Amino acid sequence: MMMRSKPDEDDYWNSSKFRAFTFDDDDDEFSTLKESKRAVNSIVVDDDDDDDEDDVEKVSWSGEPVGSISWSIKETASSVHVGGQDHGFPKIDSTPSLPRQGSGYSLSSLFKGRPKSGSIQAISESFPDVPSRSFAPELRKPKAEYKDYSDWSPEETVRRMQRGKAYSFETFRSLKDKMLLLDEAVHANDGNVITAVLIFLKKSLSKEILSRELTSREIALRHYIHYLKEMGEQKSLVELLKSLGRTEDMALLQYKEHLNIKDEVRKKEYLKACIGLPFSPEDASHVQDHYTLLERQIIIEANDKQAENKVEVFKKHPRKASILNMPIITTLYYSCFYHYGEPEGTFSSPANIRSTFKISEKQYFLTVLGARAKLKEWFDVDRLFTAKNWFGYTKKKSPIGFHRVVDILQKNNAPVQVLQEYVSLVEDTEQKISLAQKYKCHDIVIDTYKDLKDRQQLIIYQGKVERNSPEDRKIQDLLNNTQIRWKN
Amino acid sequence: MAAHLSYGRVNLNILREAARKELREFLDKCAGSKAIVWDEYLTGPFGLIAQYSLLKEHEVEKMFTLKPGRLPAADVKNIIFFVRPKLELMDIIADNVASEDKLRTPRDFHVLFVPRRSLLCEQRLKEKGVLGSLINVDEYILDLIPYDGDLLSMESESAFRECYLENDQTSLYHTAKGLMTLQALYGTIPQIFGKGECARHVANMMLRMKREFAGCQTQILPVFDTLLLLDRNVDLLTPLATQLTYEGLIDEIYSINNGYVKLPPEKFAQKKQGEGEKDLPTEPKKLQLNSAEELYAEIRDKNFNAVGAALSKKAKIISAAFEERHNAKTVGEIKQFVSQLPHMQAARTSLANHTSVAELIKDITTSDAFFDNLTVEQEFMTGVDTDKANTYIEDCIARKDPLIKILRLVCMQSVCNNGLKQKVLDFYKREILQTYGFQHILTLNNLEKAGLLKLQTATRNNYPTIRKTLKLWMEDANEQVASHQFYVLQKAEYVPVCRPTSTGQQGENRITLVFFLGGVTYAEIAALRFLSQMEDGGTEYVIATTKLINGTSFIKSLMERLEVPP
Repeated sequence: MMMRSKPDEDDYWNSSKFRAFTFDDDDDEFSTLKESKRAVNSIVVDDDDDDDEDDVEKVSWSGEPVGSISWSIKETASSVHVGGQDHGFPKIDSTPSLPRQGSGYSLSSLFKGRPKSGSIQAISESFPDVPSRSFAPELRKPKAEYKDYSDWSPEETVRRMQRGKAYSFETFRSLKDKMLLLDEAVHANDGNVITAVLIFLKKSLSKEILSRELTSREIALRHYIHYLKEMGEQKSLVELLKSLGRTEDMALLQYKEHLNIKDEVRKKEYLKACIGLPFSPEDASHVQDHYTLLERQIIIEANDKQAENKVEVFKKHPRKASILNMPIITTLYYSCFYHYGEPEGTFSSPANIRSTFKISEKQYFLTVLGARAKLKEWFDVDRLFTAKNWFGYTKKKSPIGFHRVVDILQKNNAPVQVLQEYVSLVEDTEQKISLAQKYKCHDIVIDTYKDLKDRQQLIIYQGKVERNSPEDRKIQDLLNNTQIRWKN
Repeated sequence: MAAHLSYGRVNLNILREAARKELREFLDKCAGSKAIVWDEYLTGPFGLIAQYSLLKEHEVEKMFTLKPGRLPAADVKNIIFFVRPKLELMDIIADNVASEDKLRTPRDFHVLFVPRRSLLCEQRLKEKGVLGSLINVDEYILDLIPYDGDLLSMESESAFRECYLENDQTSLYHTAKGLMTLQALYGTIPQIFGKGECARHVANMMLRMKREFAGCQTQILPVFDTLLLLDRNVDLLTPLATQLTYEGLIDEIYSINNGYVKLPPEKFAQKKQGEGEKDLPTEPKKLQLNSAEELYAEIRDKNFNAVGAALSKKAKIISAAFEERHNAKTVGEIKQFVSQLPHMQAARTSLANHTSVAELIKDITTSDAFFDNLTVEQEFMTGVDTDKANTYIEDCIARKDPLIKILRLVCMQSVCNNGLKQKVLDFYKREILQTYGFQHILTLNNLEKAGLLKLQTATRNNYPTIRKTLKLWMEDANEQVASHQFYVLQKAEYVPVCRPTSTGQQGENRITLVFFLGGVTYAEIAALRFLSQMEDGGTEYVIATTKLINGTSFIKSLMERLEVPP
């Protein structure tokens, strides 16, 4: 639960809509789940073979419904079943149980302007080498139909393309004709056709002219950009974006390219070159950081490889992976793990990483805490939270709630003595008691109840501790103490 | 197998039958024995159209999944590739065809593009030098796939991304085409309404197509009275919020794909009487989820809090039904009982399954993590502290929770606050990049382009005003009352902005087809089903969409693909 203080917010939390969704254990709604489970289990059926009777779908051992396509792929592809596997397929009735209204339609025939006839098929069967349909003309040109193309208008050409019929771009020779064709394709809204026309234009026009023409044709331009992306034509794309003045997009696109570079030194150089690109101011600083980070990581990696067999911490906790290309926080964790206590001047020191990358106080504390607790360096943990004030007194301070500190320490198997110290710093009394009980910090529980003058709770707690243990005796002493003025 | 498609007011099985007919026609075009090589992604959507038996009847003897290298041996005349038009798949096909053993009897290669052919892909095949070896390149137009009695989906996961990130409106063109197909089967829809830029675009294309096909208009009496086109961009908030209906939660936690969900098997281990502890199954349990299952149809749209009670009520009914056998004395009565047995056993299996599913979900919804997350979502939706950096989000980042979860919350805050202050936006970006890596600059940029993440401009945040004026927030929704399920989409809920206002008419209910361009969530579907069931509503709804989505899949579709090609 989140802690809230303002009274109006209490009202807010207690309004009906929130209460309705509590899932307390004794909540009625879900005790009913157990009920239905019991009911299910109690219904005993005499028939062993109840699966056969189910009109529920059959399911194979792998959980796939028998007869489903994905199930059948596995079955038919496996060679174990060669021969006689036909019997293996349960017959599943695929005939529709419903009146077949409208089943005379097939989807494509509805729009092809003519019923599907067998004539095409006949041709393709008698001339197996001649495809019945032709595709982009540069791919295939069925000679027989060829002459007919000559006087087709842009409209007719686009329509034929949409319907998968033979077509040709050869009649579109002048720039004007080509642009009429492009405009018609755009007008049809079919990305497939637009792209096909663009491929044709890319081949038959110079880059400059094409990009000039596209400037005034926004939709075609988007498709062209998308096409270049799909084809991985990075260079053409960058040039195009630049000529269009879309510099930020261009910068990001170029930045993305770093992902394809395997060698870290080359990647670092590439990132360095990216810094000057026209990013937005925020992105520019991130790219700068990215470069700096990789540069540092390369240095750290080279040093630590050397140290692996010499330095104690590396021998005791061998590195599982290289630090290259890891995020900043991971790098900080690594540095807190292997390079803790180094002077701030060194690249690998936590303090240096913190200040270079402006890591927030919270993130820094959590990361250091996680790393030092992992190593069971409880002394470091202690020092992390100790702040000296002007008069030399020490006081524990934390930018994160102490309950979270306890949580992290506990996950790293901190001993009770250590846990105890941080549990006692938890501000909220209820939370403190519940944490103390959970982690068996008896002294805290007992002292807190004593401070609250809560005799009843103390008696209850006595029932939970081992008899004759020190804590048992401590409680008994308190209960016997007549000086204390209990509230109950 | 698909009887549930005809349960609704509109018989969607007609659409399925048309698709099956098309598939048979294609298979028969490749005469002789055949093997199908599947783009694995397609097996799901195809499963909604056909079973293996249909393919087998048309001489499909083997099926393989598409992967590089040499095709497995199969003594067939034809090899047919069923693929999406994706360039990387073309490379695999080319590899398959090129590695074919020259010594063996030659096999005929065919490529079937689903849902559309692509000239770009054909060019790639040509570049790779295999186009000439292909006997036939064809397309199988599968625009609208019948999903359930009142639900159609195009299963096009990138529609929103294409429209708003890449500015490629081809998916809208396909939508318009799909709607034309639908009209050819179910009659021309007399009224079209729309909201948003994409809706306008689709409507315009439909009008144009109608003019073009003026010659082959069908004379069918229109089944749908109205078409309502809704652009996802109009309401970006709903998909980001955690869905709290039963079906919505199944999808949020385990993700429903093509009507199936895979669940951890532990809770499904069946204990029969007289048997000891059996070995626990290790394969995930796969369940089909649709309205063919009576119980599921009953509970899917309920707020999860009401599911326990519904299941227990059902349990009592079933127990009572089984007890009836003791009362059956005469032969006739026994016969009567036995004849009902299969149905009762199916009901029992169904109850057992959903009890287990509910237990699995309960484990999650009762966790602190779920509660905390929901609390923050609701703070955002009620406008609490939305202009400050949120501590919970900060903590999630520090814990390295999955990036998608973080992005979902940050986007939600941005939408609820009509953009974030520069300082807040910068803080989130920095924290995300430091913890998850700088390469995510690209994803953050995508989210900004799509409008999910933005900088607050000078104008004030107007969401609270809208929320109040439109009464988007129901203060006293009672989750247990069945008739109010609609108002309980979210824990205390937010009614989708795009909620259609129904104008009741006397006589028979009107049927409205609501098409969500860019995706729809199960919770939104539940809301429309609720409206359908309202007695005085006067309108029933059939829902269509480009893709069934949830916050996670929605954000994922907008992330920059970072994996380096092998």
